[in-house]
Amino acid sequence: MSSFFSRGFSGRRRVPSELAERLPPGQYFEDGFPVLTAGPTPRIDAAEWGFRIDGMVAEGREWTAAEFRALPFETVPCDIHCVTKWSKLDTSFRGVSLDVLLADVEPLGAYAMAYSYGGYTTNLPLEDITDGKAWVVTEHEGEPLPREHGGPARMLVPHLYFWKSAKWVAGLRIMDDDEPGFWEQNGYHNRGDPWKEERYWND
Amino acid sequence: MERLIPPVAPRAPGRWQVATVAAIKVETPTVRSYRLELPMWMPHLPGQHYDVRLTAPDGYVAQRSYSIASSPLNAGGIELTIDCLLDGEVSPYFHEVVEEGDRVEVRGPFASYFVWRGDEPPPVVLVGGGSGVVPLMAMLRHQRRTAPETDMRLVYSVRTAADVIYADELGEETVLTYSREPPAGWTGHAGRIDAELIAGAAAGAMTAYVCGSHGFVETAGSLLVDAGLRPEWVRTERFGPTGS
Repeated sequence: MSSFFSRGFSGRRRVPSELAERLPPGQYFEDGFPVLTAGPTPRIDAAEWGFRIDGMVAEGREWTAAEFRALPFETVPCDIHCVTKWSKLDTSFRGVSLDVLLADVEPLGAYAMAYSYGGYTTNLPLEDITDGKAWVVTEHEGEPLPREHGGPARMLVPHLYFWKSAKWVAGLRIMDDDEPGFWEQNGYHNRGDPWKEERYWND
Repeated sequence: MERLIPPVAPRAPGRWQVATVAAIKVETPTVRSYRLELPMWMPHLPGQHYDVRLTAPDGYVAQRSYSIASSPLNAGGIELTIDCLLDGEVSPYFHEVVEEGDRVEVRGPFASYFVWRGDEPPPVVLVGGGSGVVPLMAMLRHQRRTAPETDMRLVYSVRTAADVIYADELGEETVLTYSREPPAGWTGHAGRIDAELIAGAAAGAMTAYVCGSHGFVETAGSLLVDAGLRPEWVRTERFGPTGS
């Protein structure tokens, strides 16, 4: 914490302490669900969508939309934290745990690159997407995931800043070595833990 | 003409530092520009942002990000143009409290995607809605000083004549549209951006930068792709919630 104080600043958007404890450092409480995207929103036909896991795996696997729908879905209540400073508390998504998907392919590497329709990528160590920490979700608060929020399907990795939860996700490439994804090459932190305020390079 | 400086390679941003407010310019009734002098200034890329951190006496902290409006040729400091949001916390502080000579904690510059480096294929079309024009102005100001031969155009949507930021700096490269109320005698485009406006301004364009509210960016992005731009050459930046 710095010793600098801002003259005449008292803070007019303070939240009750029970909520404040759920806000990582530097975040503010947001009621809406802002959209942040590097380019135009891609148009993906939900029936054409599929999810694959490839790269360093015993056997690559692709799920069609119909095959994916037959997998066990779970509801995931969570708080989400965007690196642009807003946090949304008590939201929920519905989707398939990465544990279910990865069990089918036997990963041989320790890292993953999530890749999306439109070319977006983001890197994640496997330990951040296993043991009930990550999902591929197709619903938000009981509705099909809107296109602007990544529909038909996005990653959900709520314990990391939300750019790690790739929108319009198409698959995971398992890798032996870590590589930076899109924002990770463009100034943002390689891991992005909001509780450690890992926003930018060198944080 | 100033010397063309090569694009700055991406690099780690600076540490938190205490800037001094050197000048404040009233742009519109709700928008002001703040010239900040930085003890540890480094050149930025047009389009990058800084984080601002306010700290109350009891340690309560609020942080927000603001786009840089100035060219990196203005060494030693940056200009941040701040739109006062009614339910905001940091922007009202700037508008209601901050005076010239005050000190403000800042850190940056950040992010290297929504930036104009000077080597993107021209023509370049900038499409801004409201205060979304701020990072685009950094690009236009820098282009005028370093690459005046580069074809760079600006489409700028404002609600009314009173809402035009940087009004005295807009030139022939700029196409304005008044989404709510055009000034008396206005013969240009009126109403929200549409296919005709974007197709005209983007004719032949290879690279686009779009900044504004979510709805504005969704519309502009689609219109640019419909006008023939490749999606990967349409870079977008948004602010505000969707309401969903």
